[in-house]
Amino acid sequence: MSSATFDFDRVEVRDVSRHFGRRRALAHVTMDLRAGELTGLFGPNGAGKSTLLSVLSTLMMPTGGAVTYGGRLGRDVGDVLRGRIGMLGHDLFLYGDLTALENLEFFGRLYGLDDVPGRARAALAAARLDDRAHDRVSGFSRGMRQRLALERAILHRPRLVLLDEPFTGLDDASSVALAARLSAVRAAGAIVVMATHDFDSAEGVISRAWYLRDGRASALSETGGTLRERYRAAIRQAKA
Amino acid sequence: MIEALRAAWLVARKDLVVEARSRELVYTTLFFSLAVILIFAFGFVQEGRPIEGTAAGILWVALAFSGTLALGRAFEREREAETLRALLLAPVERGAIYLGKLVALVALMTCVEVVIVPVVVLLFDAPIGRAPGLVAALIAAGTVGFAAVGTLFAAMLIRAHSRDVLLPVLLYPITVPVVIAGVRGTAAIFAVEPNLALARMWLTMLVFFDVVFVTLALWTFGAVMSE
Repeated sequence: MSSATFDFDRVEVRDVSRHFGRRRALAHVTMDLRAGELTGLFGPNGAGKSTLLSVLSTLMMPTGGAVTYGGRLGRDVGDVLRGRIGMLGHDLFLYGDLTALENLEFFGRLYGLDDVPGRARAALAAARLDDRAHDRVSGFSRGMRQRLALERAILHRPRLVLLDEPFTGLDDASSVALAARLSAVRAAGAIVVMATHDFDSAEGVISRAWYLRDGRASALSETGGTLRERYRAAIRQAKA
Repeated sequence: MIEALRAAWLVARKDLVVEARSRELVYTTLFFSLAVILIFAFGFVQEGRPIEGTAAGILWVALAFSGTLALGRAFEREREAETLRALLLAPVERGAIYLGKLVALVALMTCVEVVIVPVVVLLFDAPIGRAPGLVAALIAAGTVGFAAVGTLFAAMLIRAHSRDVLLPVLLYPITVPVVIAGVRGTAAIFAVEPNLALARMWLTMLVFFDVVFVTLALWTFGAVMSE
């Protein structure tokens, strides 16, 4: 089965828990993620957002519960499932000693993509880094690396796109551009899941929001003010 | 299989390009191994004459220590921007990632060996001319065995806080057979009365260890890298 032949339009998280020794990072999380939706994960530091992204990416195995991709468990699909997942980590997953173009071409070839040079050029254009294609990534600003890292994560046009703090280090213009890029990815039918603390940038981009605290997830109300207001209301409710 | 080998080659080539740009590992490892050899030379070479039978041991001590240094640093690079996670997310067999890292490390250690072996030969009057091919084969097989175990452990420890301490603690006991076979095989060639048949026997042992270590590492890499 090649990554081109395996596809899914729904990811189901069922009663997923994850423990690190005695510490509970996720506790009985249940949620559905659908194609064409951008789900925001909000919560304080250490709430379990990054752990949930790692579990969704298949990099981390849940201690309990299961994640299914189009109704199939990750271990049943095998390596090809990873070809349908793109992830932008908090640490960007880029090689500083390679140029922007080399980074994209390396990952493009590793994913077995066709027309790697063409895709890499298009990705550089989308990241507005055409003129820095042959510069080493170590010389880039955080914002430039962030833009490049996003394009690297979606170079293979994944179905499931996982983003951990994608707005970190971006100026206002770059945040707006990233939000527009994410909207386009979502509109193209991807299942996008984004962990962020940036309510302003996420507002208007996300279609559903979840609040995580101490590993437990609850859906944020879809009405009742701005995203930030709804988040604060969820915190108050959790403390009550 | 071909896809896995292609992925392994991509990973190895990427590592070698990164190293060719920074030259950090080659310079560090080379400097360290030369320092080790020179310190031994101060102790074991008196009035221009080395103590007999020391060359093989000194050569392998330098190889093992510099190899450990290279292993730790090679994976530190993958940790800095979490790029190992990006590699593990690729739709390729995880054994291919291991194989690529192993090939790059062996290539790097070989570059260092090309310099330090002549230095040992020069300083300790090691008679490498008796069987240069056999010495090269012993070193190559020993390097593969050492790197095979080291690559697996360095990858396993990438998220451990005390990885710099743990790597040699785990690595040296497991690679003792490789080091013993390497030292004994090389010593059999460098001895006053060389025994090439004995050296070949140790080479066969080394190749056996290589096959066992690489097979076990390929088999377990995917599982041990799961978080």
